[in-house]
Amino acid sequence: MKIHEYQAKDILARYGVPVQPGKVAHTPEEAEAIARELGGPVVIKAQVYVGGRGKAGGIQFGDTPEQARDAAKRVLGMDIKGLTVEKVLVTSKIDIKEEYYLGIVLDRKSQAPVVMVSTAGGIDIEEVAATTPEKIIQVPIDMRWGLRPFEALNIVKRAGFPSRILRQSAAILAGLAKAFIESDANLAEINPLAYTADGKVMAADGKIVIDDNGLFRQKEYATWAETEEANPLEYEAKQAGLTYVKLDGNVGIIGNGAGLVMTTLDMVARSGGKPANFLDIGGGAKAEIMYKSLIFVARDPQVKGILVNIFGGITRGEEVAKGVIMAQSELPKSMPIVVRLSGTGAEEGRALLKDAGLDWGKDMRDAAEKIVAAIARTEKGR
Amino acid sequence: MSILLDNTTRVIVQGITGREGQFHARNMRAAGTNVVGGVTPGKGGQTIEGVPVFDTVEEAKAATDANATCIFVPPPGAADAIMEAASADISLIVCITEGIPVIDMTRAMLVVHEHKATLIGPNCPGLCTPGFGKIGIIPYQIFTPGPVGFISRSGTLTYEVVSLLTEAGIGQSTCIGIGGDPIIGSTFIDYLRLFEADPQTKAVVMCGEIGGSDEEDAAEYIKTMSKPVVAFVSGRTAPPGKRMGHAGAIISGNTGTAQGKVAALEAAKASVAETIFDIPGLVRQIL
Repeated sequence: MKIHEYQAKDILARYGVPVQPGKVAHTPEEAEAIARELGGPVVIKAQVYVGGRGKAGGIQFGDTPEQARDAAKRVLGMDIKGLTVEKVLVTSKIDIKEEYYLGIVLDRKSQAPVVMVSTAGGIDIEEVAATTPEKIIQVPIDMRWGLRPFEALNIVKRAGFPSRILRQSAAILAGLAKAFIESDANLAEINPLAYTADGKVMAADGKIVIDDNGLFRQKEYATWAETEEANPLEYEAKQAGLTYVKLDGNVGIIGNGAGLVMTTLDMVARSGGKPANFLDIGGGAKAEIMYKSLIFVARDPQVKGILVNIFGGITRGEEVAKGVIMAQSELPKSMPIVVRLSGTGAEEGRALLKDAGLDWGKDMRDAAEKIVAAIARTEKGR
Repeated sequence: MSILLDNTTRVIVQGITGREGQFHARNMRAAGTNVVGGVTPGKGGQTIEGVPVFDTVEEAKAATDANATCIFVPPPGAADAIMEAASADISLIVCITEGIPVIDMTRAMLVVHEHKATLIGPNCPGLCTPGFGKIGIIPYQIFTPGPVGFISRSGTLTYEVVSLLTEAGIGQSTCIGIGGDPIIGSTFIDYLRLFEADPQTKAVVMCGEIGGSDEEDAAEYIKTMSKPVVAFVSGRTAPPGKRMGHAGAIISGNTGTAQGKVAALEAAKASVAETIFDIPGLVRQIL
């Protein structure tokens, strides 16, 4: 789960990481009031779930509360990579002299969180990793201990941090590691870690991604979940227990099991179609879930037809068929549906589909070709 | 022969009194698996599906001499169940549970390594050796014994491809679903090593997907193998930055793309199938 910068900084502050004072504003007036309260020049930062805010104009400055209001007016409502800015973070402006990078990411190969530290801060770390990997120090955290203070110190020293910030940055890194582990994070980043003109070391920006599987015990953070404006359907699906990913095409796709659904997308593409989505109903789904999934996929206005591909195990074919038939009566007549059933209850399911006049494919390829052809026919008929 | 699961395997089921645990304990026994007991704290002394239930793995191991376990414990306690099994020196641990916090897995792996146990999963369908039985939730009836070792990151895709092989008259030695989480106990390369050493296995089919670099690592090992490998990679049409269901299936930056994996596997002289329907034909060519 993604969270906003102000929320990430809130977490970091709990672990002793210095951050600029600031608050979130939803209106220009709120921004003005916060700026007045803070006193002095402020930064207005768009709070959206994408990177590259600065380049898009989502970070602006105000020397006075009035200027802060005007800056907030410009940023609020702005569109950044398809997301509408609904709130801004108003923080005291700091005079940054040097920028560093501190990050922790879960690494499959070392089966542990890996600390990444670099003196090349402020820019895209993936770019640094690609072009000058020698500028990044990477060290896996020994999960028996977490990151111990001496290890944090060794890492920033080896990364070439100057003596004047060694102790502070090591303490911040140790705090970041503790925050990562205790918050069930997949990623935690301070970029840039700023060294200011008045000799302070602080997190000028913060990013944390929380592991969805950890949300059952991260109860406070779980309440921070909010709709991503660009993907309202994805958000809603998650709430309904479905795994849905929106794509660009017009063939709606529903299946059971991530690997099978992905393979179905590939098969539709090979058959000349363009998948509109990925939807995994998981294992053991009943007719009700199947019904909801079809209605859900069809809500995407780009969808012109739906392919259902189920390999029955704990999911039963007749349940799938019942769900599809329930949904069919509510979907537009012009919306073709092709169902492919295999495994448990496939024959019973196919019999039900036949009685309801629904089309079915004998295997995944046949079904993919049928739905692509059916959509082409309806498009032509228009 | 086969790998990991044969007639010496004695299985306990952790979480046997739960709905899933009980259902699959019954199916495993029906498939011929030697299920010797189950574990649910507080339910020791009962009998379920004809096998004794114990309160702890330690107790179950002492009473039954079990050497394998199948875990159906819900996510909050599943990593602890893995550590409990490893600490009791159960050598083969199969964890079916989906949704384990990844931080818990980083800790569980330390214990698994310390006790030199083999962990399959989590978030996997388990494994099957046709003729001996299965550990996990894979439907047993789709298999037929034969010379092909099978490994896949995904559950239902495994069933799909195994069915195609069986329909084509190509049998399997052992089939493993390795799991879709970012941190899993064993990856392709671990199983390829076992298949390379297994006399029954003459060829291996490996179904990978986008995300991570397990397929690329496997390709490096495939270069050194004497046995032929047929590979398939799903997610060729998946866009970068979108997680395709499995927590591990995401293209980030330039790593984890289907194209990169296919190129690495082709460079390792694996036969790469364009679609799953091409897999049986390619296997036939190399057998």
